Amino acid sequence: MDVKDIIKPENKVYGKCPVMTEKVLHYCPGCSHGTIHKLLAEVIDEMNIQDKTIAVSPVGCSVFAYNYIDIDWQQAAHGRACALATGVKRLCPDKYVFTYQGDGDLAAIGTAETIHACNRGENIVVILVNNAIYGMTGGQMSPLTLEGQVTSTTPYGRKIELNGYPLKITNLAAQLDGTCYVTRQSVQNAAAVRRTKKAIRKAFENSAQKKGTSLIEVVSSCNSGWKLSPIGANKWMEDNLFPFYPLGDLKDK
Amino acid sequence: MAEKLLMKGNEAIAIAAIRCGCDGYFGYPITPQSEVMETLMEEKPWETTGMVVLQAESEVASINMLYGGAACGKKVMTSSSSPGISLMCEGFSYMAGAELPCLVANVVRGGPGLGSIQASQADYFQAVKGGGHGDYQLIVLAPNSVQEMYDFVDLGFELAFKYRNPALILTDGVIGQMMEKVELRPEKPRWTDEEIIKLHGSWATTGKTKDRPQHAVTSLALESAVLEKFNLKLIEKYKQLNELEVRFEKINCDDADYLIIAYGSASRVCEKAVELARNEGIKVGLLRPITLYPFPTKAIQDMVKQLKAIITVEMSAGQMVQDVRLAVNGAIPVEYFGRLGGIIPTPEEVVVALKNIIK
Ligand SMILES: Cc1ncc(C[n+]2csc(CCOP(=O)(O)OP(=O)(O)O)c2C)c(N)n1
Repeated sequence: MDVKDIIKPENKVYGKCPVMTEKVLHYCPGCSHGTIHKLLAEVIDEMNIQDKTIAVSPVGCSVFAYNYIDIDWQQAAHGRACALATGVKRLCPDKYVFTYQGDGDLAAIGTAETIHACNRGENIVVILVNNAIYGMTGGQMSPLTLEGQVTSTTPYGRKIELNGYPLKITNLAAQLDGTCYVTRQSVQNAAAVRRTKKAIRKAFENSAQKKGTSLIEVVSSCNSGWKLSPIGANKWMEDNLFPFYPLGDLKDK
Repeated sequence: MAEKLLMKGNEAIAIAAIRCGCDGYFGYPITPQSEVMETLMEEKPWETTGMVVLQAESEVASINMLYGGAACGKKVMTSSSSPGISLMCEGFSYMAGAELPCLVANVVRGGPGLGSIQASQADYFQAVKGGGHGDYQLIVLAPNSVQEMYDFVDLGFELAFKYRNPALILTDGVIGQMMEKVELRPEKPRWTDEEIIKLHGSWATTGKTKDRPQHAVTSLALESAVLEKFNLKLIEKYKQLNELEVRFEKINCDDADYLIIAYGSASRVCEKAVELARNEGIKVGLLRPITLYPFPTKAIQDMVKQLKAIITVEMSAGQMVQDVRLAVNGAIPVEYFGRLGGIIPTPEEVVVALKNIIK
């Protein structure tokens, strides 16, 4: 049998999600952002809410997220995504609103906006892409950088005496009465990807049910920033980030 | 006859917001303007017009909530006083860069730093020269009565949407706190979703439908050539503002040899000073800029030939005087008189200052 005979609509099992644009991703090979973008696009497509979704992109590697997911976007100042999302959701309560933020954006400069949006129980979805580093600016320390982790601003490793402790912002968010669903996921293999997609779907459904804020932390790799190969980065993540940032639900109300 | 009510300047802003179809107010308390949010909370507009009122965790958050709402094509506003406005400057720059309309009221108090809670005009530079980063301008309106506090809410929204640019009401603790009669204007309903799509559907994030491309509201333009083109577009917008939107008031100017230039509460003091000086035979007039940006440069230039000298009266260390000097370009002397720290000059003091430039 010729290959051409197999390529038929009725045999199709998987295709490019129509909510992803045709643009080529600018992310480094091995980066987690692209996979997470795809999962968001798939959930939006499957829930048929492309025209009802408004997203907020951060300052960080994913500043251009609007180039890839074909929905309406607002681009926020560094750290302010949750404040924008609050404005959108309060004034357009029938829209699905999500923010997409790095760990520096969400948990350093944007800590106040994040915590207060979660604490007010805004009916939004917050996606935290935790690569334990400032990727965009060249791999500096973030509040979520591990103790001992080498970055360009901690060239001898993060020292607690100097920089304090890695901030478990997701655990903090789980403590707040305004959050309904707080989970920590990853996308380094097929099983993890499936779990993250399920979490995203659940978070969007929580918004529709007005249950409060859903926060999904995706523990992610940044092989460029960590100066590792893509496979080496996934291994480093499993060996070092997962023990400190254990995967699973922290809260499901 | 139209209804007239006695109210504070700050209350007038709140009542006008509800009545002119504002969709959302986001704010953080600070003296001397807390009555704006307090009045809104008391009026509960969410039960009548559907307007949202939310107390934010900071001024940084409130201006960014405005960004979110404005990008959806909604009429959004906030108010604050000087220290809070400093925190909003990042947001002004982003909103000007993303071409988003919004209305902000700055009920100015004395500075720098925590300063005082008394009235001041020391935020003129911040309002008209930037405050935030990058080449941008705010549309700046300067009311000098409680009626204008009321009217400039609607006017501010109108200009903000016409030019897709943040508009600022630059007022102070005196006008915010004083009570005067206000004539209520006819109510305007909030825009419906359909109206928003009709009016702002070419850019607002109203949800991507199959019949149009995605809207991404952003101020990011990494390519220099793209950003330069955008900067030039903004310059063109500001040029239009200068051609079409300059507003000012002239009092006793026709035969004037001398001119006082003052805005906001200082202009109220100067109205009296003009009266006192004219009683003494000094031919003096008052020019009151109503828009501080765009500034009434041409109106001043048109008067230079008839004048011997100009004096600005400001509750600052002399900020607007620089724009007047630029307009006059050395043709005649331009002096400044002011009181600082929250002290309001008296009409008598202004007359003395005027006599000093005459001799
Ligand atoms: C006010 C401000 N401060 C600093 C920066 C510079 N900056 C851009 S992105 C970034 C950090 C991004 O790191 P993160 O949020 O972890 O996202 P990532 O790039 O790793 O995806 C910083 C500090 C900025 N754009 N604005």
